[in-house]
Amino acid sequence: MAPYESDDTRGAEEVDDLHSVRRKAARYVVPVAVVGVAAATIGLVPALADSGDPDLPKITAQQLIEKIAKSDVQQLSGTAKITTDLGLPNLGGLESGLISGATKGGDGSSADPSTKLPELASGTHTLRVAADGPDRQKVSLIESAAEYSLIHNGKDVWGYDSKSNEVYHGTADQNGKKHRDEVPATPKDFADQALKSVDDTTSVTVDGTAQVAGRDAYRLVIKPKHASGTTVGVISIAVDAKTGMPLKFTLTPASGGAAVVDAGFTQVSFAKPAASTFDFTPPKGAKVTEEKDAKARGRSGERGAPHKKFAPQRGLTPQKGLAKEGTKVLGKGWNSIAVFDSGTKGGIPSSSGKGDLGGFLGSLGDHVSGKFGKGTVFSTRLINALITDDGKVYVGTVTKDALVKAANAGQ
Amino acid sequence: MSRAEAATGPAGIDVGSASPLWTLGLLRSELVTTFRRWRTLALLGVLAAVPILVGVAVRIETRDGSSVGGGGGGGPAFITQITNNGLFLVFTALAATLPFFLPMAVGVVAGDAIAGEANAGTLRYLLVAPAGRTRLLLTKYATTMAFCLVATLVVAVSALTVGALLFPLGDLTTISGTQISFAEGLGRALLIALVVAASLIGLAALGLFVSTLTNSGIAAMATTVGLLITVQILDQIPQLHAIQPYFFSHYWLSFADLMREPVYWDGLVKNLELQALYAAVFGSAAWARFTAKDITA
Repeated sequence: MAPYESDDTRGAEEVDDLHSVRRKAARYVVPVAVVGVAAATIGLVPALADSGDPDLPKITAQQLIEKIAKSDVQQLSGTAKITTDLGLPNLGGLESGLISGATKGGDGSSADPSTKLPELASGTHTLRVAADGPDRQKVSLIESAAEYSLIHNGKDVWGYDSKSNEVYHGTADQNGKKHRDEVPATPKDFADQALKSVDDTTSVTVDGTAQVAGRDAYRLVIKPKHASGTTVGVISIAVDAKTGMPLKFTLTPASGGAAVVDAGFTQVSFAKPAASTFDFTPPKGAKVTEEKDAKARGRSGERGAPHKKFAPQRGLTPQKGLAKEGTKVLGKGWNSIAVFDSGTKGGIPSSSGKGDLGGFLGSLGDHVSGKFGKGTVFSTRLINALITDDGKVYVGTVTKDALVKAANAGQ
Repeated sequence: MSRAEAATGPAGIDVGSASPLWTLGLLRSELVTTFRRWRTLALLGVLAAVPILVGVAVRIETRDGSSVGGGGGGGPAFITQITNNGLFLVFTALAATLPFFLPMAVGVVAGDAIAGEANAGTLRYLLVAPAGRTRLLLTKYATTMAFCLVATLVVAVSALTVGALLFPLGDLTTISGTQISFAEGLGRALLIALVVAASLIGLAALGLFVSTLTNSGIAAMATTVGLLITVQILDQIPQLHAIQPYFFSHYWLSFADLMREPVYWDGLVKNLELQALYAAVFGSAAWARFTAKDITA
């Protein structure tokens, strides 16, 4: 019937029905095999690519710390991934809404670094960093089909939010350094903070080697010596064997589970980035907010407030982050607790002050009582805070019980 | 018309060994048939209208110097940059049509490819020609992919025209904040159009497979478009994040990474790999089904 039919299925049908059915079924092996090969590739390739830990000459922890301190990487470009899991209640967009809502007085620019960078405090983000000497740096936060860039070139600091096409402009002598210190983003920022907190309550060891972003690295492990009381489990820092530059930072809580902070380069190069990387001209039609305009609106005073929330995180240990006026530090090392008076009665800081927000926050905490009276504990996987009803705030990377104990003792 | 050509044209060629020239002839007749359909032309017309709509809306909104969407950053990607540079309308239009309009059009064409012929009773005549089923299937797939490319280019060209008419052109700022020349911007726009067209390959293969399952063209189109909508919805549910990287639409918006400086390749490569995987799996499944199927219509 089909004289031009090149496939033999039709003829076969009449001759041997069973044979034909088998042949037909056999064709489906092809798509199944493709799926199988793909699944195997997805499963096996990462395992094969992991070529094991590199062989590097032995080094002591002291030498490695010195290496980090001496590290003088002036030029680099790379991609870093940062995952923060503080165990905050998952409020979806509400959380960041609250943060930016508290930060900007309504008409703030979305390109202002102080509204944008706190986003890093939760979830996974991809950053691109480039640096060429002390005067030229760039950090870009990669978003879906958009990007937020913070560019420091000479005396200018530009923030560019491509999603809203808004530009923030500041000057460097006050800002360039400040912004980089405010929110740690690169593994090096985290490592510097962690090393600052090294004292006699801490054990520092070198725990073998690792491969990070295709480079050989030593693994430096920092552990609190007395594990009871603190929520910090282990801090592990991968240090590039050649340059002494920290490539990966991981903080695991004492309670176990996923890392609270995991920041590492996925790709890094120590070549000089193209000069055009740091050039920025505000695009035509973009809304430019000058730093002094922002200040004139009285926002610089407010700006301190939201950062208080993130201060413990950036300090890792409270005495670094919260050493502000009116703050006392109880205990030492990893078990230290910062105490300050929020100046409010009722237990909930009024700085959140947006009507129902106080009651809303109260519902998120656990109510505790002790010799000190009554209070509310706000827990994350790393930092716990006790706000007593008479307005005292106890904050630390310590357990809830340790906070209550400190509050009792302080009474 | 072209059906008849396809059947009579190759007279004199040996049974079972059609020449490559003949395959080209089949492809040409398929292309002509597809692009002459009113349905196809209407789809392309709708696609061309989207950039006009977006461009005019943005123009009217920003006539008094205000920023797009009140500066909130809502709407499709790149929409706030259109006022600086008309070239951005190309990217906005592609970002606006890629989630639904473009794949819907592709779903209609792909779903119709085999089932439509079966429905019209022309499939058996096509198979009487010495092409063989595999070759016919490949030709149908090539035609569908050509439609992906043409549909994307229609959106891009319409957007570029509207953008040039309504907004200034010139050097443009990438989303990383660096400047590139207009010529390089045009080059990237073309590259983005190609990537968007390639993003539809997976769906085209899926549609072709569905099309071999049924003899009703409408059923195949509805299933393909239905699958598209289902996957797009599932891709929005955060609890399913473990399987989302395997959805064909998951990396579609990664074409925007071409507008970063330097280009961020991770998502782009994943997207193209995923499309190739879908094409291989559903292409071979379509082959297995079509070459083993009883053709009754």
